Amino acid sequence: MSLNLEDVSRIALLSRIELSAAERASTRDQLNDILGFIEQLQAVDTAGIEPMAHAVDVVQRLRADVVTETDRRADFQAVAPETEAGLYLVPRVVE
Amino acid sequence: MTRAAQWEVVIGLETHAQLQTRSKIFSGSSIAFGAEPNVQASAVDIALPGVLPVLNREAVVCAIKFGLAVGATIAPRSVFARKNYFYPDLPKGYQISQFEIPVVSGGGLAIRLGAGDTASEKFVHLTRAHLEEDAGKSLHEDFHGRTGIDLNRAGTPLLEIVTEPDMRSSAEAVAYARALHALVQWIGICDGNMQEGSFRCDANVSVRRPGEPLGTRREIKNLNSFRFMQQAIDFEVQWQIAEIEEGRAIRQATVLFDPDTGETRSMRTKEDAHDYRYFPDPDLLPLEIKADWIDEVKSGLPELPQAMQQRFQSELGLSPYDAAALTASREMAAYFEAALESAGRENAKPVANWIMGELSARLNKEGLEIAAAPLSAPQLAGIVRRIADNTISNKIARDVFDALWAGDGKDADAVISARGWKQITDTGAIEALVDEVLAANQKSVDEYRAGKEKAVNALVGQAMKATRGKANPQQVTDLLKKKLGA
Repeated sequence: MSLNLEDVSRIALLSRIELSAAERASTRDQLNDILGFIEQLQAVDTAGIEPMAHAVDVVQRLRADVVTETDRRADFQAVAPETEAGLYLVPRVVE
Repeated sequence: MTRAAQWEVVIGLETHAQLQTRSKIFSGSSIAFGAEPNVQASAVDIALPGVLPVLNREAVVCAIKFGLAVGATIAPRSVFARKNYFYPDLPKGYQISQFEIPVVSGGGLAIRLGAGDTASEKFVHLTRAHLEEDAGKSLHEDFHGRTGIDLNRAGTPLLEIVTEPDMRSSAEAVAYARALHALVQWIGICDGNMQEGSFRCDANVSVRRPGEPLGTRREIKNLNSFRFMQQAIDFEVQWQIAEIEEGRAIRQATVLFDPDTGETRSMRTKEDAHDYRYFPDPDLLPLEIKADWIDEVKSGLPELPQAMQQRFQSELGLSPYDAAALTASREMAAYFEAALESAGRENAKPVANWIMGELSARLNKEGLEIAAAPLSAPQLAGIVRRIADNTISNKIARDVFDALWAGDGKDADAVISARGWKQITDTGAIEALVDEVLAANQKSVDEYRAGKEKAVNALVGQAMKATRGKANPQQVTDLLKKKLGA
């Protein structure tokens, strides 16, 4: 499997990353290199081996259902570009 | 052949039930409703760099409860995944959800359709139920052309419950949604508050000619009332049939229902639909649920409505309809069982009738929940007992009910004796009364003797009026007929 420039543009759009024409080409080459590595991995026979969801073979630790956070809105909003009435303001979202 | 009969409607539902935890699914922020914007949004919820999610144990318990309640398989090991999409109410750029291995799979819910002789039952299969986090809220109005973002809701624990495409009408979809709504409240995992968005449904709707493969579906998003669900699906079905009959193909799309117009309209089509690029979230390890944890949760589950309905039918001889009505909520069932304990099992049917009739009507009228009924279960049972032993008639019983509802008297016996409402059952007294009525109503007597059997009703009415409802109507009727026949 290999990606063409069109695939790269689409992935860039989904990731909200702007790429110049030169960057698109180099990104395509880099992604195809990665896919090449994956092809090497896929050549290994893994029949009968249960896939892992994580590189570390341990399970999730759980948290007790307790409210531990306090209101830190003022701190967080001090570094936000724009706020009003306690809300974060962002460019208009149209649905 | 009618148009409806030429088309088969196919519906699957996806429901987001907000779980009744105190804190969020991956952070220690409160999920209390109605707080000031962003005061319940921690560093994790607003996705500051370097933060890590930690899973809330109680959210997992809720999922296990649900899995047990619907007879599903609970995965011994399930995996959290990132569902990537770009939207400001989701500041991480992805939602943590489950994809390949959900915590709950399979199982299902029995639903009842119709009532009385035409009632039927149907089993709706569930595909899966998975844990995920909710997004924040976008406010589009009044910010000088900007959108306001409130992240209090971001990270609220949700269980997304997905059915197979098993439903064949809007009525079936609503029956399923109602049954699910009752169940999640019954097992205490969701408060069911649809106005506050704690329980919201998406409906996948398609139509096909019977026997053909599934048609292309359109998904109606965010249905937050059962009435809107019915309206939205009905409109959508008619729209799809009209499109196909006019030669246009249905395109897969997400649509919104507008309650003001009663119409559905397209939000986005498949071509610009999201490519979510799911992958296992490296921040979260697999969730392990061992058998002993499941057993522990199971031992804490209340008797489920389905089991209770069967018990009411087999042990008390109630109809499936009555059994279903009495298990509409845990509070309703608890009231019935408390009243039954006081009234005796032989009075199961009258107790059921009083709860489903007079009591429900009154609660409805005054907008009260059964848990807040001014009339306690033992008080209701007291009324039923006095009807059963002929102390009062059904008519007087309603007056006793009113008195107890209003708080006049501590129980039925107190009300009956304080107001002198004890039924007259003494044969001598009733005989004297009947003689009086016969003497005073010659016209009705003549009519009856001339073959107009209904004339006896007028005479019974006179006797009841003379005793202000205290005579036993059956006794009066029997005696009148006997005397008239003589």
